[in-house]
Amino acid sequence: MMKFALAGNPNCGKTTLFNALTGSTAHVGNWPGVTVDKREGTYKKLEEKVQIVDLPGIYSLSPYTPEEVISRNFILDEHPDCVINIVDATNLERNLYLTTQILEIDVPVVIALNMADVLEKSGDKVDVKSLEEKIGVPVVSISALKGQGIDELMRRGYAAAKKKREGTTVLQKSELFHLIRDVKIALAGQNVPSPLFHAVKLVEGDELEVKAHASAVEMVEAFKKIFSDDTFGDDFEALVADARYAYISDNFAPALRKKSAQALTKSDKADKVLTNRWGGIPIFLVILFAVFHLTFSENFLFLNGFGDGWMPTLEDLGMDTENFGVQLLACVYDGTVFSPGVIINNLWNDIIVGNIFGLITGAVENIGVEWVVGFINDGIFEGLAAVLSFLPQILVLFLFFSILEDSGYMARVAFILDRIFGKFGLSGRAFMPMIMGFGCSIPAMINTRTLADEKERTATVRVIPFFSCGAKLPILTAIAGAIVMQFGLGNADLITFGMYVLGVATAIVAVLVMRNTTMRGEVPPFIMELPAYHLPQFKALMIHLWDKCKHFVKKAFTIILVSTIVIWFVSHFSFNWEFLADEQINESILASLGMFVQPLFTPLGFGSQLQNWGWVFVVAAITGLIAKENVIATFGVLAACILGSALPEDETGVSYVVAMIDATGITVPALIAFIAFNMTTIPCFAAVATAKAELPSKKSFNWTLVFWVVTSYIVASAVYTIGSWWWTLFIWLAAAALVTAGIILFNRRKKAVS
Amino acid sequence: MEKFLNEFGIGERGIVKKITAEGKIKRRLFDMGVTPRAEILMRKAAPLGDPIEVNVRGYELTLRKSEAQCVLMEVIK
Repeated sequence: MMKFALAGNPNCGKTTLFNALTGSTAHVGNWPGVTVDKREGTYKKLEEKVQIVDLPGIYSLSPYTPEEVISRNFILDEHPDCVINIVDATNLERNLYLTTQILEIDVPVVIALNMADVLEKSGDKVDVKSLEEKIGVPVVSISALKGQGIDELMRRGYAAAKKKREGTTVLQKSELFHLIRDVKIALAGQNVPSPLFHAVKLVEGDELEVKAHASAVEMVEAFKKIFSDDTFGDDFEALVADARYAYISDNFAPALRKKSAQALTKSDKADKVLTNRWGGIPIFLVILFAVFHLTFSENFLFLNGFGDGWMPTLEDLGMDTENFGVQLLACVYDGTVFSPGVIINNLWNDIIVGNIFGLITGAVENIGVEWVVGFINDGIFEGLAAVLSFLPQILVLFLFFSILEDSGYMARVAFILDRIFGKFGLSGRAFMPMIMGFGCSIPAMINTRTLADEKERTATVRVIPFFSCGAKLPILTAIAGAIVMQFGLGNADLITFGMYVLGVATAIVAVLVMRNTTMRGEVPPFIMELPAYHLPQFKALMIHLWDKCKHFVKKAFTIILVSTIVIWFVSHFSFNWEFLADEQINESILASLGMFVQPLFTPLGFGSQLQNWGWVFVVAAITGLIAKENVIATFGVLAACILGSALPEDETGVSYVVAMIDATGITVPALIAFIAFNMTTIPCFAAVATAKAELPSKKSFNWTLVFWVVTSYIVASAVYTIGSWWWTLFIWLAAAALVTAGIILFNRRKKAVS
Repeated sequence: MEKFLNEFGIGERGIVKKITAEGKIKRRLFDMGVTPRAEILMRKAAPLGDPIEVNVRGYELTLRKSEAQCVLMEVIK
């Protein structure tokens, strides 16, 4: 099978072309060692099947970003039969810059001139014939969006792939050409493949090449000594870049006749509003609010005002809630109008998963052996349902953010917010993943792929769980509710809000500390294209969502399921291999483990001081690893265990927490510390699995786990001690000052040494 | 008149004379088309004053003021 690589700038229609070429054969993986998507598929309309590999979007073949290194190594080392270089006709100049570099490699190339139709509409025209003559490889005008010209592109690519092609350069007129030619001859003598490409990069002083071909470096250095240019001195990198652009403007000047920079396109007009000096930030906040409201709101149209609901539930209206039609209706309205995200969530969890799993678990009941039924129903299926229940809202949230990304607005968000984030050593791009964390950590962590810098990405993945997600909210409301009820203290909403603020504050401090210690590094450069706005394509969005969906479900059935089963097992068996019912959790392996580690949590307020029942909080925190909602569900089980009889079902979980408070005598600061601990510790298994996939190495993943445990321990003990004894605040402040001073001194010394 | 790109006012236009940055930032500027002799139009600044948006070689580019400070320009009247 032949293999074609697809290369081009970001935002030039590459993904659209890839989708058009490969259709349903496409699948997404990772390039080895990096978290950059690798898309592959098959084109079937030629006499031979052709494998298509989509290289990451790049502007150049320089050695600075993982995307560039991947693309260049792929073309050089994997020897594709042909490279399809997609070029955006509306932005010819910058796109051809990459083309001039690809042409230097000994590989057949065909150019797909995309969006020439768009250009024609605005009155300009690219002369394909003359472009082809000058550039020396086939040029085919296509419209990736409309699917035009694609078969011709592939036919010509196929024909080109059958012939060998030697690299050509546009640097012939450059003063450096003699040097390039001499280095090329020397490299060719050593049987280096693609000698021209390597020669040019060596002359540029490219890090990777200098390492790989040390022998030829001397030639370049010797030449550098006798050479001097009026404008560039001996900066060969600048000379080469300049020569490329000079060649493009000289040769394609007629083709480049484009809109004068003053005329405003539709996109420019939209940009005037969206990044407006005064309006930009408010508009952004409104869009953000809309996204979250559409995804998560259970009071979509604000019909219930902002207080308690006045609208009747379906049961109040006397409807039969067992009736299927009524159940369907309840997904949309039940005492309040739900948002689209919640409706999809209800349909999925209550109707689809609920019914299917209901049928299966009902059938399993017939087995009769108690522990087998428990294992299959509560261990496997309940665990699966817990994980799959996240799916709809993850996808809806992802859909909205994909729309914002594909439309070009996300780049503007980074533009608007870069100033603020620069203060913490991050770029404006880090904002989106963080804010997505309020919805769900999983899409948020996947979204960190838009961050170019590896250290920035690691730091961001680590703090995402501190932006308290939707599943952690029940913990907050249940405990806050119980505090108000049992201690008559404050206001539940205020406590909840305070906890969110605490999470964000923890994230900020953690980023600052990391960027100054383990994740040290310059603020990554922020030199990026602001692509023209355009309507996102439905098909591309769906392909995108389908990939995410597959990815998540695969995880749910492997790593997450195994972890869930382990937790079920230790909470339902004693050390004597005896099966235990839910209410006997106090005899389980998990409870013993809880009692064993209980003293460790004394500084956090829910350790040894709670005596006999102290372990319950530890156990609840552990079951929270399956899904954070489980913390309160476990409280329900534990309350039944403590009281010897089950409490009436309580959706808010407040009564469970009240029972725990009565049994353990836990104090308010300790309860708050418990919330803080759950918010900042290891997130759910699904998020942990995602973090593992997104972090650059196994080592950094392990350190991330340590980071979460340590951070939650420190934050929760600070909350507990300061809440219990106010004067300890000064001890904590002194410790913080000491650490800060230590870091500053250490960094200063390090700087002085280097 | 010569000045750096970060000192440009909105709507001002100029020709790149020299890039004073090094390494990664220099290369990135080149790759994005900010090379000597390129014409640049200052479009706008972000709501908080930094970064800025410019038009170069027919497309919109954003960069921080600290990065624009490495781009020496000749102002076009």
